[in-house]
Amino acid sequence: MKCDGIPSGCAISGLMSEEGRRIDGSVIIRSIANMHDRSNGLGGGFAAYGIYPKRQHQYAFHMMFDNIEAKETTEEFFKDVFNVDKDEPIPTHRENGIKNPPILWRYFLEVPENKLEFLTERDYTMKIVMQINSEIEGAFVASSGKNMGAFKGVGYPEDIGKFYKLEEYSAYIWTSHGRFPTNTPGWWGGAHPFTLLDWSVVHNGEISSYGINKRYLEMFGYKLELRTDTEVIAYLFDLLVRRHKLPMDLAVKALASPFWKDIDRMEPGQKKIATAIRQVYGSTLMNGPFSIILGHNRGMIGLNDRIKLRPMTAARKDDMLYMASEEAAIREIAPDLDTIWSPKAGTAVIGTLNAEVE
Amino acid sequence: MESQLPAEFIVNVDHEKCRKCKRCVINCSFSAIEFKDKVTPNNRQCVACHRCATFCPENAITITKNQLDYKDGYNWTPEIRKNILKQAESGGIILTAMGNPKPYPIYWDHMLIDACQVTNPSIDPLREPMELRTYLGAKPDCLEFDSDVSLKTELAPQVKIDIPVVFAAMSYGAISLNAHKALAMAATRMGTLMNTGEGGLHEDIAQYSDRIIVQVASGRFGVTSKYLNSSALVEIKIGQGAKPGIGGHLPGEKVGEDISKTRMIPVGTDALSPAPHHDIYSIEDLSQLIYAIKEATDYKKPISVKIAAVHNVAAIASGIVRAGADIVMIDGFRGGTGAAPMIIRDHVGIPIELALAAVDERLRQEGIRNRASILVGGSIRQSADVVKAIALGADACVIGTASLIAMGCRVCQKCYTGNCAWGIATQKPELVRRLNPEVGADRLCNLLTAWGHEIQEVLGSLGINAIESLRGSRERLRGVGLNQETLDILGIKHAGIGQ
Repeated sequence: MKCDGIPSGCAISGLMSEEGRRIDGSVIIRSIANMHDRSNGLGGGFAAYGIYPKRQHQYAFHMMFDNIEAKETTEEFFKDVFNVDKDEPIPTHRENGIKNPPILWRYFLEVPENKLEFLTERDYTMKIVMQINSEIEGAFVASSGKNMGAFKGVGYPEDIGKFYKLEEYSAYIWTSHGRFPTNTPGWWGGAHPFTLLDWSVVHNGEISSYGINKRYLEMFGYKLELRTDTEVIAYLFDLLVRRHKLPMDLAVKALASPFWKDIDRMEPGQKKIATAIRQVYGSTLMNGPFSIILGHNRGMIGLNDRIKLRPMTAARKDDMLYMASEEAAIREIAPDLDTIWSPKAGTAVIGTLNAEVE
Repeated sequence: MESQLPAEFIVNVDHEKCRKCKRCVINCSFSAIEFKDKVTPNNRQCVACHRCATFCPENAITITKNQLDYKDGYNWTPEIRKNILKQAESGGIILTAMGNPKPYPIYWDHMLIDACQVTNPSIDPLREPMELRTYLGAKPDCLEFDSDVSLKTELAPQVKIDIPVVFAAMSYGAISLNAHKALAMAATRMGTLMNTGEGGLHEDIAQYSDRIIVQVASGRFGVTSKYLNSSALVEIKIGQGAKPGIGGHLPGEKVGEDISKTRMIPVGTDALSPAPHHDIYSIEDLSQLIYAIKEATDYKKPISVKIAAVHNVAAIASGIVRAGADIVMIDGFRGGTGAAPMIIRDHVGIPIELALAAVDERLRQEGIRNRASILVGGSIRQSADVVKAIALGADACVIGTASLIAMGCRVCQKCYTGNCAWGIATQKPELVRRLNPEVGADRLCNLLTAWGHEIQEVLGSLGINAIESLRGSRERLRGVGLNQETLDILGIKHAGIGQ
């Protein structure tokens, strides 16, 4: 179950309500469908936040199984490592031409207290995710966060969205992806978003520094099994923000750092920080063409590479923040906008949920 | 004993062109040309340093190999036979200089670099920033910030270099003061570093001290508190690629007034560097010396430890990092020397490509790669070697022989004789004078400028615009004609394998 494809081309779109208003999935489907020609039918997917409010304290594992044996092995494994509160098939609509889906099942899980003697809950869960992906043949964790989920597969994104009946879900953040891979793995796990815990990444581009980003992450115990660069992005955010506790605006300065010529002109306090970030986190710099939308439980971040080799447009309307590869994909769902702009190279657009939103 | 050894080279003089200006006679520092009514070569003395041919105004001189054929013998090569003759005549160790010339595999030449096509755009270095800046020194595992987003973590001292190529350790004694001046000036102009080697810091180059690595070697020549503090960083020399496990010996006749002062030894005495440091017999002793120097420099200078690439280099390097070194400098078995026994130079140590790959991987496995920078040398010949070394995991490369060639060296391997006709590896005032430090510095700057542009071209073709995105990115290298075990050690795939 390996993906050797390099994602390229591609369309991305994301939207969030800062006030935490829940929006149904048909909106994001319309947005990504508008960029149909940026995909080639070999992958589409969505991440949605706020979809399981009644189970928001449980880890929602969206699983893909190649066969029933993989499902049984995984379920045996879950019994050892989690308390399984509920499991059920992920609802799908089978009549729209999506071919050969794997077994799609979701589990609502709690970490038993006795497992947390030496690890935090999130480190523990991350370890389990890595273990399933690398050790259980035919099983893949599509998403593993709380109150969120990834819905992805092989097909055009609008077809994948209908397949998963996304119009029946309501979320305060939606991100989406249409894929144009340069070769044809045709593997469901290889579609975007890539996730780890509640991080999700949709990505247009290629990380040319993949080799060193991967080796750096491996030093911190990450297992990069998928051999795709998008996985690297999710893990880099996890390392810098969750484990090293860098503020988000500094983490993006490591991942798409300012040029030295600009750092040298900063005022001393800023310069010291920017210099230290590049000195210490040089191996996390994501180099090469990319535009990404990162989702997490408290917000959504858009980021371009440091010379903006891939497109990204952002817009606001009231409490709504939109980001997409093309302006048309935003206008399709929000024709009347307060502001619309092209984020500068290497400058993150950071959307944060209002503090009172649960 | 009358020598039976044949001449190695023949000096051919075109007497029709020769105007008998005797410039060649004056220029030859090996007594290989005399004037007896006409220019008369003494072929046995010729070392092929090209000084006469370069300076002949009529281009009347050529130098050829002495094509004296030997009875064929794959096993008993002419060189082996000549070495036996030499030793039968002298009873001594055969001395030589510069790097190992033997045809061992050169792994640099079996690695190829990736480039962008279609799916990711290459970048034009003439139009976009292309960053080579590198910081040498220990990095923490992570940065911590106070709640007001000010930096809480105190970083260990970092030395900035504008190009990831620094000049190798070559002592004043092994090379001339003018060569040292040229290296120091070029390092300053190019924002990189030169290295005093173990011969102390001459007062004439002290003005460049913030671009100078000062070395503490087993002889401790010229080491004072002032010396340690007049530096960008301090290097403890444990070993040298050309002669791992061997000390050094600067003969007394080279120790004149100036060298005597710089090394702090009496005029005319031999300067002996013992094989080991007599206060380092184990890793904990090295740690003591590292911290003694850190104390002496108030923790303001990174401390480098230089070792030769030997079989167990990965474990040794790991120990050095854990002992507190901020930089590990690894010198491969092809590294140069001013003088070494041929048996050591040609048969001891391992290639830098394999040593580097093993060290970088080991430090990563142990989670301590960030705790030290890795410098590598030992025959970095061209910018392509630099690119490949950085992709394997080096922070920067060290060039000795290449910098000498830039200043005029013809790699005749006679450094140990002190007769260098180019004014580089000599202390004879009339020869030293031949190297103009300003001109030498210009040539060194030109070399580094050219390499810098070439490295930028490669980065651009790789679609990356900062050197740190190449560092350790072995995914961008492929092997050609290497067996699986070598590929595994280098951590690269064979050409033809995709992602």
